[in-house]
Formats: sequence, structure tokens, C-alpha cells
Amino acid sequence: MRRIISVLMENEPGSLSRVVGLFSQRNYNIETLTVAPTDDDTLSRLTVTTEGSDKVIEQITKQLNKLVEVVKLVDLTEGAHIERELMLIKLKASGAQRAEVKRTVDIFRGQIVDVTSTVYTVQLVGNSDKLDAFIQAVSALGVLEVVRSGVSGIARGEKVLAL
Amino acid sequence: MELLSGADMIVRSLKDQGVEYIYGYPGGAALHIYDALFRQDDVKHILVRHEQAAVHMADGYARASGEPGVVLVTSGPGATNTITGIATAFMDSIPMVILCGQVASHLIGEDAFQETDMIGVSRPIVKHNMTVRHPSEIPTLIKKAFYLASTGRPGPVVLDIPKDMTAPNERFEYSYPDKVKLRSYSPAVRGHAGQIKKAVDMMMAAKRPIIYAGGGVILGKASPQLTDLAHKLNFPVTNTIMGLGGFPATDPQSLGWLGMHGSYESNMAMHHADLILAVGARFDDRVTNATDKFCPGARIVHIDIDPTSISKTVPADVPIVGPVDSVLKEMLSLIKESKVKPDPDALDAWWKQLNEWRGFRTELYQKSDKHIMPQQVIEALYKVTKGDAYITSDVGQHQMFAAQYYKFDKPNRWINSGGLGTMGFGFPAAMGIKLHYPDAEVACVTGEGSIQMNIQELSTCKQYQLPLKIINVNNQSLGMVKQWQDMNYESRYANSYMDSLPDFVKLMEAYGHVGIKVTKLEDLEPAMEKAFAMKDKLVFLDIYVDPFEHVYPMQVARGSMKDMWLSKTERV
Repeated sequence: MRRIISVLMENEPGSLSRVVGLFSQRNYNIETLTVAPTDDDTLSRLTVTTEGSDKVIEQITKQLNKLVEVVKLVDLTEGAHIERELMLIKLKASGAQRAEVKRTVDIFRGQIVDVTSTVYTVQLVGNSDKLDAFIQAVSALGVLEVVRSGVSGIARGEKVLAL
Repeated sequence: MELLSGADMIVRSLKDQGVEYIYGYPGGAALHIYDALFRQDDVKHILVRHEQAAVHMADGYARASGEPGVVLVTSGPGATNTITGIATAFMDSIPMVILCGQVASHLIGEDAFQETDMIGVSRPIVKHNMTVRHPSEIPTLIKKAFYLASTGRPGPVVLDIPKDMTAPNERFEYSYPDKVKLRSYSPAVRGHAGQIKKAVDMMMAAKRPIIYAGGGVILGKASPQLTDLAHKLNFPVTNTIMGLGGFPATDPQSLGWLGMHGSYESNMAMHHADLILAVGARFDDRVTNATDKFCPGARIVHIDIDPTSISKTVPADVPIVGPVDSVLKEMLSLIKESKVKPDPDALDAWWKQLNEWRGFRTELYQKSDKHIMPQQVIEALYKVTKGDAYITSDVGQHQMFAAQYYKFDKPNRWINSGGLGTMGFGFPAAMGIKLHYPDAEVACVTGEGSIQMNIQELSTCKQYQLPLKIINVNNQSLGMVKQWQDMNYESRYANSYMDSLPDFVKLMEAYGHVGIKVTKLEDLEPAMEKAFAMKDKLVFLDIYVDPFEHVYPMQVARGSMKDMWLSKTERV
């Protein structure tokens, strides 16, 4: 089952390589990975999506916790949570196609953030399924380039992952 | 406050940490540190002949004393030569601090002479590693390294030190911290009381219990508590190969060790148990055999300081994360208060069964008129050293025989590379022990294959007068490889024989030591007596043994605990 594990770790050189190394060393799979400092710049927040049996996920969370620089972590998929991914996508947009692209972008509540006479660059935020669905919807119109941020997530309600 | 250079800070920090000996090899990036060592007498440096041996020396000392060993090497090849030693320590959770020189900060990333990314290279085989980024950080980083290496589940910690951090002319205020605190690191200090209670209830209700005790008992200094618990409950105990001595081998409740080459009675008892109390053990593949067939009727209580060890290969029914000594103490006090006691009739019946299994094998190995048997070598060693020596071993058949036939009654006496299985480990490990315990008997059980993997250290032994004994169980072949080739490859001995061995006796003489060749059984014990009587000499006993002997029992691959070969022809 797909899981989103969110990790709070020391913002030190080499911390990220320990996490990535752990996954490859123990044969775990990384599907997406995002990382950036938090409001406290001594801490980084890292979000990784992975797949595995309950046993594998238990080992992943334990092994991550064992890394000396990891302060705290949570498996967001264990509770109600919000997940978002940002996509920037360049689409062919000329002639009659321009209107069709614009309509599709509106349906998905995306924004056109850059325009040329032949190309629209679209920004779309949502969960990964929504981004997949958008790509599917515009695939016939001519997709030129796709860049996705990977998943970030946060728990719903009062629950926080902080010091 | 005192002003010191980075190099002087390193040496002073080691002194303030209470380090007496470090092991290493100099080179460009470490020369400021070596110069600082030269200008003081508190921290003594042992010059090895290859950096791998420095790490094994530190490791041997750490295993015998429970204190972290310390290594100092230069950048590049100096650092990479330590890798096998670090991996060995990591697999067996041995506390160690490795100080590595590095090229100067401004050269890092430029493929400078003797530059290696030691942080990257060592990352998967260390508990943690750190780079010095300013000389003033050095005392704190060293304190941190020792703290991380020796607390929680111990392990090696690498400190990477760019040369400019140790520049002699740049001085900074020095003070060595009493302690360090890390917000991201807090190993468990006690087990969960509810889980401990649940475990004790299960132990009291068990009809066929067994204690399965690993290296964590030795690392966690929990031998007295374990022995007390086993005696109070009258439970049988089996040790892992890393846990030998954690429970006295000559105690009537000891079943010996378990797993691939463990005793028949241990493996039978495990398979038929209804409760396994795992203490500081990690259900390694060399113990469990096929995990889907592992101990079908057993519920499992698992005590370990490292949560990742629990339910990694075999799921635990009652996991308890905590230091083994403290958890066992809490168990003991619950047992003392408990009105319920283990069912004496059930335990009687269980012991009757255990003793039947114990008596099942009347002849553990076949003696020969032609050859000394390797088992006889260990039996003689046990007799001559009165079972009280520090025994290190290399890796292979001799290691298994040593573990089977030397009965360890004390913890920290059996020193072997159980996890990584590093040939070349035993000799330098013995050197580290002899250096720190000069009055103790220290013997390295090895083979003609393993000893040649670090034989250059004979020179170090001469330099520092380390009169240890080397017991070379010489079967003129890589015995364990050959055994597998006999069993799985129709005796096609692909590269498993040792052609053109050196004359070890002459070799010892060349290095200034004593070598004795033994080929006849009647000479075995006298030669050993003679060797141990030479208190101030390193003596190498080159003992020729049956080249075709196998180690038994041997678990049948992909079987359960109880599926074993007991000899070349007998399978149960």
C-alpha cells in the first residue's frame, strides 16, 4: 500500500543522503521525495512516498527513526491528512487548441502562468491522482514538458509534527 | 581558557575522554595530528602495518573491555583500508571511534591527492559519521562520537578531519564537555512496564520455555541478570555465537549455541518450545534457518535496545524495547513478587525431553589414527588454558569448532566476527586484547587461510612485545568453502585449497617469534603447554589436521531449526 512518511530532521549537510542511502541500501522504494527547511531553519521537513507491506513500512519507519539526525517522523497515511503536489506542465496551444487547453485548465482549477503564441505553461496543485488525471486529459493536445514536485503532506486537525 | 590547535585538541580530547591507546597509521592529511601525538605521553599510539588491522585491534579491545576502541588514519587509502574493519564492528554493534584525516577543505571535491569521500563511503556501515567544519568544534564532536558509539545499540562512528582543521598555528579555546545532548537521539533507558508484565505472565504460563540470548547480553553487561533469571525460573538457555559466555557454558541449564552449526539439543529445544525469550538477539538468518518454518509452536518475547531488530525477520508477540540489563532486572522483581510460579510438572517433563536430546549424540566427532582432528585442537586448548583465556577467532571451520568445543563461562572472552564473517579479524583482535590485558592468556584460533589475511601484523607484535598465542588449525584448504563444495558441488574444489603454504615456523623466526609445527596427536598437548609457558614470546602453533573434516551439526538449507546433518551420512 502507498504511504506518505513525513520526517523532521536536522538541517545538516549529508542528512538527505543518509535517508536516500537507507532506502537503496535496504531495498526500499522511493516514489517521490521532497525536502526543504522549515520555519526553524535548523530543521528540514522531508516527505517520502513509498510502497510496501505493513512489515516493510514498519521497518522503514523504525530504520528512519534510528538515523541519528532524524528528530521525529509520522506516517501520514495512518490518519486523516492533506496531500498536495505541484505540477508545471507545458502544453502546445495554437489555433483552436488554445481555447480547448484553457477550458481544461479551468476545469482542473489550474492557472496558466506563462504564455507564448504557441505554448501555455500551466501550474496545477492537487493530490497526485488529480495531476495524473490532468495529464491524461491533455495528452491528446500535445504535452511538451512535465515537472512535478513530489508529494508534500500534513495531518488534518490538531495533530502536528513539530519539536 | 587554554588555546590549542585543532591537532592538539584532538589528542587532548582523547586524553580527557580517558583513552590510553589508539591504533593507526600516519599519512599526509593526518600529520598535524601525529605531530601533536609526538609532543605528549598520555595517549599512546600503536603503529600497525595495515589500517584494517588497526580497526580490528581497536575492535578486539572494545569487545573484551566494553569500552570504545579508537583508530587514527590518514585520508584516501588510509581511510578506505579501514572499511572492512568498520563493517565488521558495525555488524556486531561494537563501539568504536575512527578518526580519519581528510584533504584540506579548499581541496575537497577536486579529486585531490589521497582524497576519498569517507563520509559517503562509510555511510552504510557506521552508526554515524561527521565532518569537522571548524577547529573549535573538535572537542564537542569527539565527545559526541564517543557518546554515540557507546550508548543505545553501540557501533562505529567516523570523524572526518580536513587537514586545515588541525593547522598548528591556528589556536582556539579548548574545553572538553562533560556530556553532550542531541535532540534527535535518545536511546531507550528502560522497557515498557506493561509489556514486561505481559512477558512475565507468559513466562510463568510456559510449559516448554527457552531463553535465546545474544550478543546484546554481553554488550549490555547483563550476564548476571540473565543467569539469575534463568536460575530462578529453571529455564534452559541457548546462546547465539555472539552471546557465548553471556550464560556460563558449563552451567547445567546451558544447551550450548544454536543455529546453523549450533548444538543438536539447542536447535531441537528451539523448534519444540512454546515460549522463546529472546534477549539481545536479532533472529539472524544463520540462527533461524527458513523463517516460515521457524519454531511453529512458539510465542516470542523479544527484548532489544534497537527497535529495528524487533520483528525484522520473525514477528515478536511481545516486543520490549530497552536495555537488556534493566528489563531483566524488572522481570526479576516481578518474578519475585509473583504468586504464580512456572508449572513444575511441565518443566520437569521439558527437562526430561531436553536431557534426552542432550544424550542423543554419543559421539560428537570421529577420531582418527592418521590425523589430528580439529576438534581435538580446541579441546586441548581448553584444557591447557583451563577455560579461562581470551579466545579470538578468524572465520571458517576453526571458528565453528572453537565456538563448539571451548566452553566460555564468562562474557567478553569469546571474540569473533559473527555478523560480517571477516577473515583476518582474529589476529589483530587478539593483539588489541593482549596489549590491554598483558597478564591474561590470549589466543587466536585461526586457519592457514585467515591468518594470511593480516599476517603482516607479526611485525607489529615484535615492535610492541605482544606475546599472544596463535593456534593455526591447518587443514591446507579453505575448510568451510570445501565443506560446502562437498555438500553442494559434488566436491569440485574450486579455489578452496591452499597450495604452496609458507613454512610458518621459518616465517615466525624471520619476524623474531617462535613457531612450532605439530603433526601428531601425542605432540599436541605438550606443544600447547610449551607455547603457553613461554610468557614473553609470541608462539605460533602450526597444527596439521584432517583436511576433510566437516563441521556438524549443520542445518539443512531452507529447513526448520530441527532439520540437521549430524555427520556426513546422518540426517535428522
